[in-house]
Amino acid sequence: MKLQLNGAPINSQAATLADLLVAEGFADAKVATAVNGTFVPALARSDHFLTAGDTIEVLAPMQGG
Amino acid sequence: MLEFYGTALANGLMLGTAQYPSPAILANAFKRSGASVATVSLRRESGQDRAGQDFWQLIRELGVHILPNTAGCHSVKEAVTTAHMAREVFDTKWIKLEVIGEEDTLQPDVFGLVEAARILSEDGFQVFPYTTEDLVVADRLLHAGCEVLMPWGAPIGSGLGLNNIFGLRAMRAHFPDVPLVIDAGLGLPSQAAAAMEMGFDAVLLNTAVAKAGDPAAMAEAFATAIRAGQLAHAADPMEPRDMAVPSTPVIGKAFLA
Repeated sequence: MKLQLNGAPINSQAATLADLLVAEGFADAKVATAVNGTFVPALARSDHFLTAGDTIEVLAPMQGG
Repeated sequence: MLEFYGTALANGLMLGTAQYPSPAILANAFKRSGASVATVSLRRESGQDRAGQDFWQLIRELGVHILPNTAGCHSVKEAVTTAHMAREVFDTKWIKLEVIGEEDTLQPDVFGLVEAARILSEDGFQVFPYTTEDLVVADRLLHAGCEVLMPWGAPIGSGLGLNNIFGLRAMRAHFPDVPLVIDAGLGLPSQAAAAMEMGFDAVLLNTAVAKAGDPAAMAEAFATAIRAGQLAHAADPMEPRDMAVPSTPVIGKAFLA
């Protein structure tokens, strides 16, 4: 199914948000996630099923002022 | 003793982590200045580069308090969601709350700021709001649950210093028991010293250090200035006068005319 990951279109067979993170190289990464603008806590990723057209944000620590 | 939400800090220097020439220079700036707090952010991560993971390791090794921000957020929803994501990633209740309302000056949207501060405070966050020197907004932020206020000195990244001395002095006088931090706009250590002499509790800066020719030396200069300003405030400065008053005693002066 077609998804948007960090602003880029992707095709993925991942059923859940947790599956998607593994497939896209974030398995053990220190990241926070949001789907369609709503925060999804790490503990809820396995239970969060994705649907076509979902917009996923994967954020990590970055420099800031 | 400087305290934010019950957490004691060694000094009043809060330093940003952006725009340094290299990670090593960033680390050296923190080492030489002894800054007590590092501000950080959240941005999109690439599954290939994983740049954020290296940065996180660097920050952890600094051994300072971490203050994540909501920089770049223009709405309450964006800021609240970003705060939740930051709390999980950085494992802290602290959040530097920015809700930007105007692009040219990066002036805070104080209406959205108060609303977001209330939502986050009720959710257990310890909010550090980036605000203006407006006393009414400050009062609303305190009622929303904030225990620290961070008025701007000048627009972010401008280096202009303390643009509204009168307003900032009034804020300090109006809220004598609230920790106040000058956040943004400082360009020189003398401006930080002036803020501390006025009785502010800390300063938060980034660009003035990161964009200096020698960031580590500038960070140390700011730390020294903050210490000087803090000492001066505690020493109860004299009142200025319009006319001269001789400092050398007149009594006993020889008559030689």
